[in-house]
Amino acid sequence: MTATFPKHISPEGYIPASRQVEPPQKDYKWIGKNLKRVEDPRLLTGNGQYIDDIVVPRMAHAAILRSDRAHARIKRIDVSKARALPGVFLVMTGEDAKQVTGPTAQFASPPVVQYCIAVDRVRHVGEAVAAVVAENRYIAEDACDLIEVEYEDLPVVIDPVAAMTSTGDAVLHPDRGPTNIAHRHTYRFGDVDADFAKADQVVRRKLRWHRSGGQPLETVGAIVSHEPGTGKFSMYCNSSFLNYVGWLVGASLGVPAAKINLIPCVTGGSFGSKLFTHKVLTLTATLARAAGRPVKYIEDRLDNTTNCDNHGSDRLYDCEMAVKRDGTMLSLRFQVIDDYGAYLQYGYGTHGNSLCQIVGPYRIGSISMELVAVLTNKCQQGAYRGFGSEVTNWMLERMADACADELAIDPMELRRRNLIGADQFPYVIPSGNLYDSGNYPAVMDEALRIADLPAWRKLQAEARAAGRCVGIGMATCQERSVFSATEFWSLNPQEAPGFTLTSSPESAQLRVDPTGIFHVSLASPFWGNSPETMAVQIVAEQFQIDPAQVNVVYADTSSGFNSSGPGGSRFTVMVSGAIVGASLKVKDKMARIAAQMLEADAGDLEFREGKIGVKGVPGMEKSIAEVALHAHYFRLSLPDGDDFASGLDSTYVYDHPLTTMPAADRSHLGIFYPIMGHMCHLALVEADPQTGKVKILDYVAVHDAGTVVNPMTLAGHIRGGTAQGIGSTLYEKFHYDGAGQLQTATFADYLIPTLHEMPPAIRVGHVETPSPYTEYGIKGGGEGGRMGAPGALCRAIEDALGQYKVRCDEVPLTPRRIRELVRAGGG
Amino acid sequence: MNIVPVNVSVNGTRYTRAVEPRMLLSDFLRETLELKGTHVGCEHGVCGTCTVLIDGRSVRSCLTFAVQVDGAEVRTVDGLAQGGKMNTLQQAFWEKHGLQCGFCTPGMLMVATELLENKPEPTDDEIREAVSGNLCRCTGYYNIVESIRHAVNLAKESAK
Repeated sequence: MTATFPKHISPEGYIPASRQVEPPQKDYKWIGKNLKRVEDPRLLTGNGQYIDDIVVPRMAHAAILRSDRAHARIKRIDVSKARALPGVFLVMTGEDAKQVTGPTAQFASPPVVQYCIAVDRVRHVGEAVAAVVAENRYIAEDACDLIEVEYEDLPVVIDPVAAMTSTGDAVLHPDRGPTNIAHRHTYRFGDVDADFAKADQVVRRKLRWHRSGGQPLETVGAIVSHEPGTGKFSMYCNSSFLNYVGWLVGASLGVPAAKINLIPCVTGGSFGSKLFTHKVLTLTATLARAAGRPVKYIEDRLDNTTNCDNHGSDRLYDCEMAVKRDGTMLSLRFQVIDDYGAYLQYGYGTHGNSLCQIVGPYRIGSISMELVAVLTNKCQQGAYRGFGSEVTNWMLERMADACADELAIDPMELRRRNLIGADQFPYVIPSGNLYDSGNYPAVMDEALRIADLPAWRKLQAEARAAGRCVGIGMATCQERSVFSATEFWSLNPQEAPGFTLTSSPESAQLRVDPTGIFHVSLASPFWGNSPETMAVQIVAEQFQIDPAQVNVVYADTSSGFNSSGPGGSRFTVMVSGAIVGASLKVKDKMARIAAQMLEADAGDLEFREGKIGVKGVPGMEKSIAEVALHAHYFRLSLPDGDDFASGLDSTYVYDHPLTTMPAADRSHLGIFYPIMGHMCHLALVEADPQTGKVKILDYVAVHDAGTVVNPMTLAGHIRGGTAQGIGSTLYEKFHYDGAGQLQTATFADYLIPTLHEMPPAIRVGHVETPSPYTEYGIKGGGEGGRMGAPGALCRAIEDALGQYKVRCDEVPLTPRRIRELVRAGGG
Repeated sequence: MNIVPVNVSVNGTRYTRAVEPRMLLSDFLRETLELKGTHVGCEHGVCGTCTVLIDGRSVRSCLTFAVQVDGAEVRTVDGLAQGGKMNTLQQAFWEKHGLQCGFCTPGMLMVATELLENKPEPTDDEIREAVSGNLCRCTGYYNIVESIRHAVNLAKESAK
């Protein structure tokens, strides 16, 4: 296999050598097995210890008064009645908080200033205006009701296109210049003009993706204690990025990160929304320091929906695809307007992310993207499963279907003609990112096999003959995994590059106790996935031991080593890498000790079934417990020197397996998201033209996430992610009215799919193309189905309602929206 | 504010407490009795995460006042395991990967408990109907249905 490069990138030295230590194998003892999750028993018995379950002595409770205005100056706040209420310890306004705590962390460059409580003006409904600390939450909320705020309304900007021409008081952040355009730049990768000149046809579509969000059932919370003597903060939180967030919160509080200990909790779902949770932490810490006692603040549902880090991408696309008559896709040129809301927490990272797989699985030769990032009076965007790439996937699939329609080629056939070949890896795409490995035709074939396409076609023909609208849709999409930190800043303006960090490590501490039990300490938390189960499987594989011999704990930041945290589908790859590194060191030492005990050569030993023995000599072995006991308690039986120091332990920090710097002139962005998964989704739907209701009759999702550690939990991610994809496509939308009121702030209005909205089954298949760069060839798969479902569903609905010439170029496709489209088509 | 006495049995233990009339049952269980197994998801009665059984019937504890359960028998997820051993339903959820983040799970377990007590051998439709009022954001629901079906089978086997 030879690497494939676009013309504008020189292959010379572009791809670093692989650091893989454990190559993929044919058979494993524990990897690839459906091990039951070790996390489950405590969750099933009500002993999860989620953030709101934790109690610390003398703890008080906070509630937040939130703005009911979308855009207004705060003229006056009177907190006297609230302060006078019995049981109230503290009331803080934005002005009070600003005296002690600086702006909250954010990654936009140039910065968009944000405080944990609004100062002078509010910029969206739900922004914090004042905070109360009281004996209990009931009193705190009573006190919020007693705070009087006088506002002076400012012009409200909700429409992202209108935001591009805002002037005067409608500009949200005048300190950043007289415009609501936060950033506008065209990024070109490859010779787009030359490719368009070669085209037989240019296919154009305008697309609209409205904002939806992760909406985990647990909101964000924190419990912070401050010790006046030492100045130290102790913070329980449900953040995923523990080792970043301490620095960020410390900067806001004006204390060094070393004064902050973050203690992880079991997290009740994130889907990206709990990456940092820094606003809640900064606010709670500010309150605890001022109140002189520990403070718990748990967002209620309205706090969360109106002010969370939940809101995902909110984009308008104007796209052109240059194609040959035979369906060959040559080049993609588009403008994307993204409505980031009132602040810019992650900079333009969601578009940095998108560019890592911007050609999808297709051999598209060049890309031009004009990004227009606008600010409006909505909640800021956070992260939601896909971090922007799920939208790009949908855009690409919409364009693939549009090309098929205009060229009169079957959409599945058009995709097949454009897929990158199995012999073309590693494959470098125009933006500079690398696809490590894959076999896309095999994934498509497997999906078609599971679906039994001829049977679907038959069912469709029969249904149509009976007057029913049944359609089939396919999506072939990428699922990048293992982000590198460069995606967060590579699109920043050259004159304001921001904090250009390049590390994104993960670590593990491994210790074998005197009884032979393995203890793994992870520096990143549980956020609803299966970190303990995965760690147990990798350790069991490394040492060939029973998984019951492995115990997993989570380090707080005062004891843990480097980590980035789960996100960008990186956890399994990164933690496996760290565990392998730590295991190899411990194995070396155990082998040295066992060699002494067995009077054998360490090089002749192997780990087998809980023992260390001489290869080829059955019975000549010591159990791991015997070796561990020796290592801990029989120092004088072993030689002098550090090689035999008491104990068995190791810490290993695993850096990103394959990442490089962006080109200085940004002609490419380097390798930044190379562990590339792939998926093919197939949907069979029925749409009712009378009511606009869509029913999913059958659904198939085949994913390639490299070597699979646990097929059962990966399938769980695929199905759960597909459910969220169904939500984003058909039901979910954060809808703001013209006055900036969020009209879908409750679960009664923001429609998360229930079991009734799900297809009868999501039939899952796995194809395994190992990565040549990661340990065992594992790839990430956490973002799963949400990255494929919207494309497949939109096409299936379009196919179902073909007689009405319906085009599904906007999501969500609510019944009302579908009725509008059918009506416009004469139905 | 008035303080009202509440006498209630929760998971077989009798409690007498004095509460404000406005105290929600979810807060009473979690804060007053320190039974943290019942989770609060939306606080407006939609998600079903906070479901408990009152005299055998499933109820949203975020929409119920503590004073309303005076004299009643309340059951929560905290009481399902007996003698440190998970019950059949919990075991089935474990074996069939019926949970991911685990936050909605207490509510799912309680509606399933109600179903299986009234209908030890429910049809698939009855299982789907029982859990369709509760939200889960992680699983897509399939393994929850599968878990309940598995619990029925486990119960049948152990009855043999």
